[in-house]
Amino acid sequence: MSATPRLSVRNIRKSFGTHEVLRGISLDAHDGDVISVLGASGSGKSTFLRCINLLETADDGDIVVNGEEIAMKTTPRGRGAASRKQLDRIRSELGMVFQSFNLWSHMTILENIIEGPVQVQKRPRADCVAEAEALLEKVGIADRKDYYPAHLSGGQKQRAAIARSLAMHPKVILFDEPTSALDPELVGEVLHVMRDLAAEKMTMLVVTHEMGFARNVSNRVIFMRDGQIDCDGPPQDMFGGKGSPHFRQFIRHMETEHHAA
Amino acid sequence: MEIIDLLGFGDKGWGVLILTGMALTLCVTLASLAIGAVIGAIVAAAKLSDRWWSRMLGTAYTTVFRGVPELLIIYLIYFGGSSAVTAIGQAIGIEGFLGMPSFLAGALAVGLISGAYQAEVYRGAYRAIPVGEIEAAASIGMPPLRSLRRIILPQILRFAIPGLNNVWQLSLKDSALISVTGLAELMRTTQVAAGSTRQYFLFYIVGGVLYLVLTSFSERVFNSAERKSNKSMPRGMGQV
Repeated sequence: MSATPRLSVRNIRKSFGTHEVLRGISLDAHDGDVISVLGASGSGKSTFLRCINLLETADDGDIVVNGEEIAMKTTPRGRGAASRKQLDRIRSELGMVFQSFNLWSHMTILENIIEGPVQVQKRPRADCVAEAEALLEKVGIADRKDYYPAHLSGGQKQRAAIARSLAMHPKVILFDEPTSALDPELVGEVLHVMRDLAAEKMTMLVVTHEMGFARNVSNRVIFMRDGQIDCDGPPQDMFGGKGSPHFRQFIRHMETEHHAA
Repeated sequence: MEIIDLLGFGDKGWGVLILTGMALTLCVTLASLAIGAVIGAIVAAAKLSDRWWSRMLGTAYTTVFRGVPELLIIYLIYFGGSSAVTAIGQAIGIEGFLGMPSFLAGALAVGLISGAYQAEVYRGAYRAIPVGEIEAAASIGMPPLRSLRRIILPQILRFAIPGLNNVWQLSLKDSALISVTGLAELMRTTQVAAGSTRQYFLFYIVGGVLYLVLTSFSERVFNSAERKSNKSMPRGMGQV
């Protein structure tokens, strides 16, 4: 890998009260990387993802997107972005897909998708509508564009949320357990869309419990434990027995759970 | 026949005066709702703030204005306001008692009370918005003020409609208390008509019916607004 990383995270630390959730995490994501972040619940992986676009503010460390560092400042009220303008611009380049979808419930699916392009990027509405329709076609819910989120299934909502994120033309998309809130039979349709994105060389950082996705779709797997990266590597190495003892124990545990379910 | 004459629009009829009073009741309540909306929004924001002194001030406001009798507030604003006006009058050389305009005093008093109730309605409505939806707006780089306008306010309004309906009905009835300041709204006019004709039953029943007309009409307006806003809710009809 040459060039500047699309996303570079350097030594992120975060505590809630006295509990240190992230204890120095660093990571580079290059163009087209699909990185799966695994770990038991409570290992800090969601917090890590939320620190990247500053939904949580890390106590220490830097976030660099396409070579541009998010400027931080510390005030008596705590640490935060030094420039709201810069933060908003960088956030618009980082897509995020949430576990609970978080579609805006007072807007139709189409309105949800054009909201960012029209209101934040100030692009012409007609262009955005045309693009939104194409995106909905791509994720397979073109016929639901005039529905409100409340009238869609979980899988459809998450596909709409992915389309909403794509409409901003993000450089990287952060997925925060995108299939964890779904009924088992709906997981497949969302993974299918994510697999297509990976094939198109979208840069993705995916916090997940889907071992199949981590093994077969991502090109790198990171295992988090106690707020640190315990081990990481290509999936064939990690799942081929080269992971740390903790990781091997983790996948054994996940597999038994899978069989039990 | 006499009844028709009394309620009619002829020389001896009270019809015009009563309908004017009804219009004035509607106007003073609308004014107080508007005043209360501004106060309610500010107080709700204060109570939702993460600064303790702001929350304390907001709580103090809602405690006072919901906990003290409406009539006392009206007296306080009208007579308190009038003595302030009189003092200003004396300072610029006008002798004697100057009254505060009773419409203004009434709208302000009922508005202050309505604001305390509206603050609670808006606060509850804000809390009903899933935090994730606000985070989703932040995550695409939407500036906070735009998120307020595009994501938060439309949903506050939607969740607030049933509560506002309640507050409106309360204010409509509170407005009857403004009659003590001499404002010729529906209550006052009914009282005067009943007293001067000695037809107490007739005029108080007519007054009551007219209040019911106002409340049931506004109930319809709120219900249709609620239906419209519900089309995006889980139990709504689905498509537009």
